[in-house]
Amino acid sequence: MHFQLKILIFLFSMLVTHGAVAEAESKSFEQIKNLITSKSFAEKTQAVSLLAAHPERRTTEILNALLEGELYYRKTDKLLLITKKQNREYIVSDAITGQDLGVVKKREIKKITTNNSIRKKIRAALAVKQLDSEDAVTRYQAVNQILGDPDAEMVTHLQQRLEIENDKKVRQAIELALAITELESADKKDRLAAIAGVSGSIEPAVRGKLATIVADDPDEAVRKAAKKALNNISVQIQLYSFLETLFFGLSLGSVLVLAAIGLAITFGVMGVINMAHGELIMLGAYTTYVIQQALPELIGLSVLLAIPAAFIVSGLVGILIEKTVIRHLYGRPLETLLATFGISLILQQTVRSIFSPLNRSVVTPEWMSGSLEINSVLSLTYNRLYIIIFCLLVFVVLNIILKKTSLGLQVRAVTQNRSMARAMGVRSARVDALTFGLGSGIAGVAGVALSQLTNVGPNLGQSYIVDSFMVVVFGGVGNLAGTLVSGLSLGVVNQFLEPWAGAVLAKILILIFIILFIQKRPRGLFPQKGRSAEG
Amino acid sequence: MLSMKSLKKTAVGLAATAMFSGSALAAEDTIKVGILHSLSGTMAISETTLKDTMLMLIEEQNKKGGLLGKKLEAVVVDPASNWPLFAEKARELIEKKKVSAVFGCWTSVSRKSVLPVFEELNSLLFYPVQYEGEESSKNVFYTGAAPNQQAIPAVDYLMNEIGVERWVLEGTDYVYPRTTNKILEAYLKAKGVDEKDILINYTPFGFADWQSEVAKIKKFGSAGKKTAVVSTVNGDANVPFYKELGNQGISAEDIPVVAFSVGEEELSGIDTKPLVGHLAAWNYFMSVDSETNDSFIEAWHAYIKDKKRVTNDPMEAHYIGFNMWVEAVKKAGTTDPAAVQDAIIGVAVPNLTGGLSAMMPNHHITKPVLIGEIQKDGQFEVVWETSGLVVGDAWSDYLPGSKDLISDWRVPLSCGNYNVKTGKCSGQNF
Repeated sequence: MHFQLKILIFLFSMLVTHGAVAEAESKSFEQIKNLITSKSFAEKTQAVSLLAAHPERRTTEILNALLEGELYYRKTDKLLLITKKQNREYIVSDAITGQDLGVVKKREIKKITTNNSIRKKIRAALAVKQLDSEDAVTRYQAVNQILGDPDAEMVTHLQQRLEIENDKKVRQAIELALAITELESADKKDRLAAIAGVSGSIEPAVRGKLATIVADDPDEAVRKAAKKALNNISVQIQLYSFLETLFFGLSLGSVLVLAAIGLAITFGVMGVINMAHGELIMLGAYTTYVIQQALPELIGLSVLLAIPAAFIVSGLVGILIEKTVIRHLYGRPLETLLATFGISLILQQTVRSIFSPLNRSVVTPEWMSGSLEINSVLSLTYNRLYIIIFCLLVFVVLNIILKKTSLGLQVRAVTQNRSMARAMGVRSARVDALTFGLGSGIAGVAGVALSQLTNVGPNLGQSYIVDSFMVVVFGGVGNLAGTLVSGLSLGVVNQFLEPWAGAVLAKILILIFIILFIQKRPRGLFPQKGRSAEG
Repeated sequence: MLSMKSLKKTAVGLAATAMFSGSALAAEDTIKVGILHSLSGTMAISETTLKDTMLMLIEEQNKKGGLLGKKLEAVVVDPASNWPLFAEKARELIEKKKVSAVFGCWTSVSRKSVLPVFEELNSLLFYPVQYEGEESSKNVFYTGAAPNQQAIPAVDYLMNEIGVERWVLEGTDYVYPRTTNKILEAYLKAKGVDEKDILINYTPFGFADWQSEVAKIKKFGSAGKKTAVVSTVNGDANVPFYKELGNQGISAEDIPVVAFSVGEEELSGIDTKPLVGHLAAWNYFMSVDSETNDSFIEAWHAYIKDKKRVTNDPMEAHYIGFNMWVEAVKKAGTTDPAAVQDAIIGVAVPNLTGGLSAMMPNHHITKPVLIGEIQKDGQFEVVWETSGLVVGDAWSDYLPGSKDLISDWRVPLSCGNYNVKTGKCSGQNF
């Protein structure tokens, strides 16, 4: 009996305190509501601080919604709403209680807008909440988020976390974050200790703080120590930036190789000057666009599907061009040049008439955007990484086709000695068409890759035709490996020149170099040997 | 042979249609308005929209009963993004088609190409695009922004509101970015920014390989001071530029990019999720909340029959310029260019942001300056605006060669480049 009474009293007191807390909560929410629905960004910033400090669990959801631009308020009573847009309808729920409120019209609600500084503040606030997350990776990201400039509150939070943190990586990150704040300490010893603590880290935040110390710290010894630490860091950074430039060069090189390798077959192997090569690339890019339009839900798959589709489309167009125009012009390079130039204009205008002269947007799949972060200085963007791999893949497959298949054998036979091959029963006309189709198809595949990097428009091909010829001629006509080496090396040289010469001058320097090189070695890097080279 | 014949036939057909649209409709009781925008070639992307805007405005004016009791008639020509052809087409419009005024051009080089024609034949050109300034012609009315109506306020915003201390001036390699960056560099130095904190970079038209440029920006921005990029990158090079920024993980919160050539039209071609928070400075955004804007957008959607089409700043400039010309013609009672030139100075018409824009004596207009942040849906959210209207300044106060020059086309001065120090007008028409 006595015991039951106790429980009852306990429950009652619980109810009372809970009620009081709830009342205080609703009061502060009222204030937040007024601040956050204000027009002034300063007041909104205040609201974010209040929300972040608020003990209520749902604040995380509210802050997330604000960050994503999904926080609205009802115009009639300023009720905060979290909205999800679904086919022109707004499904809303009460932001504070989470209660579902059904569908509303756009006119009834107003979006709460944010700006960069508010979003930055929200991210920091959310990061603090994530410091106690179960997941070590989330904690690590959270520490990195507030690495640069944690305020006093965050510092205490970090210190508390450090005491119980057991993940080694997270501990290091927290220690670094705390050392960075110590760099601003008033005590000289603390600053010196902090400099020792942060030296070796290449985080931009560290470099920034050290640079300010070197510039305006009152103490000579501290300045010296900071300068030394900064020098150590910059040696490391130079190494990473060298690697980065190399990666940039290889990726640009792969783009050049992809664009040129189809030409290496049609021009290099068959000797046809095909000015419409760029347009075959463009057709490949447009094929990607069309497939994406057909499969709007499966962006990742559509890019993969586009590779064989673009090969077939561009390949068929290539065969058509060969059958109707080029076969009548073998051995007449000037006429071929003019005729294919005309074809390129026709193809461009066709695309312009069908798809409009405006650029089309090809969506990059999730797994191709973003970058692989090796450390805070060096990160390799995924789209470039995939294109390097893809380029090598195409090169290998093409080599297998030319070296190991019967088609490849016939192609090489016809290019080496057409009449002898015909005498041996090779149908040279058919081989010509197929070879041209192969080269054109590869151009289409290059178009798929380019659609992920650049604008898909009717003029896409024009910007690559000169580069493609440049790569093929430099590498040595009729030599696939030469095309690979020349494309990659031109890419790397370009990227190493660009930082100090600028994009415009770098390109000019490369062109001058190639002109001089061709004067000395007119057959390129890897001249073809044997009798066919003379013909 | 057959193909040759059919080709000829088409050519004849084309010529016939061109003649029909040009002169067959021409009767004496219409006022002709020339539209000089590229409908093919690289600039077609931007300029076709402006041609449609003009056709819509003329149609609306005709519904209201025309002008001076006559109907307006649009004369459309296609200079095909070919700069010398702009001059030829302008001459054709003025001499052959006898138009009363011309609305047209986008790039500065096309404007420079037609300038002598308009001055020789004393006609009127309304130019709707933001440009580099350093020009004031008797025959040209600049309804787009001068540098002090776009670039300078944008830099002020970054400096005062965001606290930016390090600056990357990134531009496409031609006259507008080069002049704008020269002005900005002088302005920043006048504000006490150290030379080491300014990085100027140019890339060619249609540049696609942005990886080193963006890495350079990233490196420049990691020196401990708040860094921003001021971008005068033009045309479709912006798409790979922004893509690369997103891929290399540069967010607007770390290094904001403020662009002067990226509007709603340019964004409609790309996925804007990674760009949220990057900035643009214009005098108009489609998202501006005003009644005139709502009805303009409604009219535009009805005219173009596509609810997804966006409106942008140069369209607003044509809206203002066309209405100013209409008012000036009413005021002068004639379409005679010389009379309109005098009448138009001081004319004020509503702009789309809810205020009035007026034509100043230097042939530039007054405009509000807005800074917007890119949103997920490809629209801009205004985060800052000037408290009042800004008067366009033809001659920048920050360049040594032009700071003493003023332009005033009213009598008695009637000069586009009067030097207040020497008290002389150079005598040039521009």
